[in-house]
Amino acid sequence: MDASVQISSPPKLTVRDLNFYYDKFHALKNISLDIAEKQVTAFIGPSGCGKSTLLRVFNRMFELYPGQRAEGQVMLGDQDLLDRNQNVALVRARIGMVFQKPTPFPMTIYDNVAFGVKLYEKLNPADMDDRVEWALRKAALWDEVKDKLHASGTSLSGGQQQRLCIARGVAIRPEVLLLDEPCSALDPISTGKIEELVAELKNEITIAIVTHNMQQAARCSDYVAYMYLGSLIEFGATQQIFFKPARQETEDYITGRFG
Amino acid sequence: MSAIIYALAVLMPFLLIGLGWAYLRGSRFTRRRIINYVSLGCSVLAMIFGVFWLVWILWETLRLGLGGLALSTLTQMTPPPNETGGLANAIFGSFVMVVLATFVGTPIGVMAGVYLAEYSSKSWFVASTTRFVNDILLSAPSIVIGLFVYALAVKKFHTFSAIAGVLALALLVIPVVIRTTEDMLRLVPAAQREAAYALGAPKWKVILQVTLRAARAGVITGILLAVARITGETAPLLFTALNNQFWSTDLGAPMANLPVTIFKFAMSPYENWQQLAWAGVFLITLAVLFLNIVARWIARERQ
Repeated sequence: MDASVQISSPPKLTVRDLNFYYDKFHALKNISLDIAEKQVTAFIGPSGCGKSTLLRVFNRMFELYPGQRAEGQVMLGDQDLLDRNQNVALVRARIGMVFQKPTPFPMTIYDNVAFGVKLYEKLNPADMDDRVEWALRKAALWDEVKDKLHASGTSLSGGQQQRLCIARGVAIRPEVLLLDEPCSALDPISTGKIEELVAELKNEITIAIVTHNMQQAARCSDYVAYMYLGSLIEFGATQQIFFKPARQETEDYITGRFG
Repeated sequence: MSAIIYALAVLMPFLLIGLGWAYLRGSRFTRRRIINYVSLGCSVLAMIFGVFWLVWILWETLRLGLGGLALSTLTQMTPPPNETGGLANAIFGSFVMVVLATFVGTPIGVMAGVYLAEYSSKSWFVASTTRFVNDILLSAPSIVIGLFVYALAVKKFHTFSAIAGVLALALLVIPVVIRTTEDMLRLVPAAQREAAYALGAPKWKVILQVTLRAARAGVITGILLAVARITGETAPLLFTALNNQFWSTDLGAPMANLPVTIFKFAMSPYENWQQLAWAGVFLITLAVLFLNIVARWIARERQ
């Protein structure tokens, strides 16, 4: 499909004619869409449709693995992220990512959050303390960990670990935050907290979230992209996708007749 | 003793026939239970067989080693036949060479292990060749390593020396450390690496601060086990550091060490040398046991 869908705010990421291959397998087919600035764009679709692959193109995570390659354009502002001349570490510093399973580093809670900050900023200890507190507050974790900042990050519960990972991602003040099924390993209460978090973060950060949960997509996104077998089937405002989908496939998937 | 063995030999066929009969006649559930008991019995027998020898070895070293152990063992030099003395120079020499070999071998081993686990995806051939050669080195008899260093260092400089001993021991440390480092790094989930890269971290930082740190306990355990292994190695030192009757700190000269001293003393006809050999065996066993316990303790702490 073409990228003619209008988004009301200026695009932060512009994807054009994106194709992605796992060796010979054609995993993403001619994807074009705009991701609106300071809005939440949700990616839905059955397992294996390429949602996560698409997110992993946005921060060039796929480059870690030989045999995976992307063709096309992903523009962040006026820079093409896929351009080989773009330093991949700098791209990733601008585009944060939170993964399906919590991945706390084997260090203290404080160091987990400070790790990414130290890579690109030289803060004095007081400023670093402030930044860590700020990030942990953003991730709604501060009150639970403020008395044990120097305990190991792995000692937290699953939901807390995931919020720690979000704090770690937020701490480097990325322009875009990619969330790859961030709630799939969490209980409903932790899930609720993370959804609130997404709603609050979008005042400052552009968010792209992959989810299997229709209600979640409906609750916390502004735009929804429905993908199937590596193609973008339909993309539009959340209201429109859920109440008046233009395509029969989208409606089937959303209503549970398919997928 | 033999009565028990004969009794077992007579009873065993009846037991097997009984089990076989029950197996053929029984329901599927009974069969499963019989298989369960048989495999449990086999495992327990194998366990007893292994532990039996281990306990026996420990018991003998304890019995004979403690007899020869005295304060003078730690303070006096190795004596001539039929005079009193101790193992001080041998203990010191072993300590020096093991520590130096560990310092030489560990960084090389860890770095090579990091290469194999983290950097090798783009050069498959180099990596798999390295891995293959390392596996050969890992299982190479230590006497081969000893002869190699003999030809390399001892013959060339016309003298046995502690440095040659260190070299030989380091060559034994390296493959063990490479293997454990690689294995432990591979156990770190890919998600953890990706999470670090996702923050824009350069590769060396990801490895140093995240993956190596996550694998720390396993890597340290591997190093300790390598140290435990070289502590008791005799063959590589026989051709390299040889032995020294006196206290020596000169790395360019032959140096006394426990394994070779034990070898020499135990094979001798002199009573006091044999006593000291047992004391040395006891000390080495103690050191290796201690290292193993520390390694296990570290490995468990992390879980």
